[in-house]
Amino acid sequence: MKAFARLYAAIDETMRTNEKVQAMVEYFRTAEPADAAWAVHFLSGGRPKRLIPVRRLASWAMAEGDVPEWLFAECYDAVGDLAETMSLLLPDATSTTDRPLHWWIAERLLPLAGKTEAEQRESVVQSWRELGGTERFIWNKLITGGFRVGVSQQLVVRALSRATGVDEGVIAHRLSGTWLPRAESFAALARAETADADVSRPYPFLLAYPLEDELEELGAPDEWQAEWKWDGIRAQVIRRDARTFIWTRGEELVTEKYPELAAAADFLPEGTVLDGEIMPWKDGRALPFAQLQRRIGRKSLGGSILSDVPVVLIAYDLLELGGRDLRGEPLQQRRELLEEVLAAARSTVFIPSPAVALPSWNGARTAYARARDECAEGLMLKRRDSAYGVGRRKGGWWKWKVQPFTVDAVMIYAQTGHGRRASLHTDYTFAVWDDGALVPFAKAYTGLTDEEIRELDRWIRANTLEKFGPVRHVKPVHVFELGFEGIQPSPRHKSGLAVRFPRILRWRTDKRPEDADTLATLRAFMTEGR
Amino acid sequence: MTLLRLAEHGLYCEAGDFYIDPWHGVTRAVITHAHGDHARWGSARYLCSREGEGVLRTRLGASATIRAVDWGQPVDVNGVRVSLHPAGHILGSAQVRVEYRGEVWVASGDYKTHPDPTCTPFELLRCDTFITESTFGLPIYRWPSDGEVFDDIRTWWRHNKEHGRASVLFGYALGKAQRLLAGLADAGIGPVYAHGAVERLNRDYRQGGVRLADTQYASAMPKGHDFAGSLIVAPPSAAGSMWMRRFGTISTGFASGWMRVRGMRRRRAIDRGFVLSDHVDWPSLLAAVQGTGAERVWVTHGTREPLVRWLSERGIEARAVASQWKGEDDTDPVEVAGEEISA
Repeated sequence: MKAFARLYAAIDETMRTNEKVQAMVEYFRTAEPADAAWAVHFLSGGRPKRLIPVRRLASWAMAEGDVPEWLFAECYDAVGDLAETMSLLLPDATSTTDRPLHWWIAERLLPLAGKTEAEQRESVVQSWRELGGTERFIWNKLITGGFRVGVSQQLVVRALSRATGVDEGVIAHRLSGTWLPRAESFAALARAETADADVSRPYPFLLAYPLEDELEELGAPDEWQAEWKWDGIRAQVIRRDARTFIWTRGEELVTEKYPELAAAADFLPEGTVLDGEIMPWKDGRALPFAQLQRRIGRKSLGGSILSDVPVVLIAYDLLELGGRDLRGEPLQQRRELLEEVLAAARSTVFIPSPAVALPSWNGARTAYARARDECAEGLMLKRRDSAYGVGRRKGGWWKWKVQPFTVDAVMIYAQTGHGRRASLHTDYTFAVWDDGALVPFAKAYTGLTDEEIRELDRWIRANTLEKFGPVRHVKPVHVFELGFEGIQPSPRHKSGLAVRFPRILRWRTDKRPEDADTLATLRAFMTEGR
Repeated sequence: MTLLRLAEHGLYCEAGDFYIDPWHGVTRAVITHAHGDHARWGSARYLCSREGEGVLRTRLGASATIRAVDWGQPVDVNGVRVSLHPAGHILGSAQVRVEYRGEVWVASGDYKTHPDPTCTPFELLRCDTFITESTFGLPIYRWPSDGEVFDDIRTWWRHNKEHGRASVLFGYALGKAQRLLAGLADAGIGPVYAHGAVERLNRDYRQGGVRLADTQYASAMPKGHDFAGSLIVAPPSAAGSMWMRRFGTISTGFASGWMRVRGMRRRRAIDRGFVLSDHVDWPSLLAAVQGTGAERVWVTHGTREPLVRWLSERGIEARAVASQWKGEDDTDPVEVAGEEISA
């Protein structure tokens, strides 16, 4: 348990992704497999069911710590976390034996389920007496069902890959589905022979280059296929051996996160691989990306999220059919097969990416101007005779993104960065005018040169109005041109809206704060962008 | 009228016409210790402990009129018998014992009962009325042993060194920083660098015979000096300042009683918290109150209400008294003799 507590502390203490991963790598390399298996389970968001009501636990802790209820309440107020309050109030541990994590789970945690209240109390109090510091805190988090660690599944996969030398994709595959936290499951993760994972393996995604030249230089329009550039999650849906796997471009296996796609994939022919974009989609049209974000990162899909934000796969391409790799075939032919396969599957959630008519290059320009109305972020141009290559290839596929929204805004807060930039103010909050007041609406971190950052940092230090911890409220003086991709109503924000991918385009030293834009301008974008 | 009471400028003894740690300039000020919220400028005459004279002078400047007395040496102030006794908080920190017509009051200032090599240990005094701080007046505050904490600091520093990072350890410039340096004197850490505010007070501590780790003034190092793998001791106000840039890639640590609570560390965006306080924790606070035998307890600063209720329920006449003392509040800039040291 001590080693697991050290791992928890190491992850908890750092903001740096690499250090979190390194801490996990060290743990996975040294822990016994039975412990490592439980660690994988908990780090991946697995939680034991809460077996004892927290009120009851708190009352046992009060008795054990000899603290009256009113004082417990005062302490809870100061700490803000029940499991931690109990840990801090209980007397120091009386024994210092270090039993492994799996022992605590198998011998103490899981058996609580079959016990009477008196037996539960005896067992929990005994455990408190045997555990110190962080271990006791973790134990309390586990028995209250509130254990959480600040790592994503992807980081766990990365750490396991580094610790075992097995490819990340293979690890993700092996962890998918019902993974039981047992020593043999952990050993199986590390197996060097990876044939078991072949069935799930996606193809490397072909990526498009930004369009650089005039359209006319691409040749005749009829050599090209045009589609909307969708703003969702690029993914491959794989149907092999009567199983379905959905992979994102970030090598994340997300089959369970999109049950509507997984269910529809049952009707795809054996040996099929679709390449497309997972899109939030309702009543025949796309929803803004922000809606999809509500589903990303969720560990369970409870409540009404599935009906609020249904998804579809806008299918771009067919990479495999009947187990045969089609990537060398010309796009035109793959597209025809794609339409046939999807028509036969009769699915409402696999939609061939709608073709945009391309009568002339001027027609393409007209379509491009309409992209935002379609909730798309631009136009894709793909050569009809192109193969599906590997990685980012020039010539076959071009992306033509719409220009971002831009707005002039005033910097009102600044915060220091992390790591190398911990002593520079690099994170800024921007505001626009509303009824004579500045309303914050976006934070942006990038877009300035190092020289500009240093200059601004000096200015921020000399012009701070107030400090709240690491955040400085500065004089509203500097105007910046910000660009962003999308805009959404958001009742959680003071401005009533949220922007996507805000970034600094230019420092407008030529403008004064009163020249900055207003909230009304942003609201107008919102209507335009829908 | 009580022997001590709260008057316009702070805790006042009418019979002797003097203040204890007044928050404005007065005629006679008895000073418990040199922290900014207790030792303010502007009084005509100051009384402090011999052990604390150096640091108080550094703080108040050469022109201040300071009389220093030995531990326990009684001073007659207009017929009131005043003596100073070690409080164990920082170098020279004192409890003020006030005796008049057979009645004894003790004002603790800030104090701790845990061992600390940088100052004389706390002396438990019997009294009728005990005036106590309550910075950490909740049972969640219980300090680990120094040995454990310093082991953790060394392990943290070694880990950072292995990863090519400098370790920047934040602690109050007066008291905590020196306690850290004393605890690390034999740690084999190699070069330890100090912030200017810390370095200046180190001199007073060394002159007072306290053994500290050897330190170098960080700002005196040539431009481009490589700090990777070294330890730097700085006041919390240096966090995020321009001064920090010279150290390259760093890990930050903070030594404070507040670090007992996970949320406190996370809100500060500090990498590591070390639970090391110069104030009493809850069990020591209760033991001290009990040990004084006081029938009446005034609680001046910190989390006052729970302690007052706890004591009242145990038959002690306790009440919260409003003061301008702050206890362990590290947001203050470090002030030394009229100048604010920022690097």
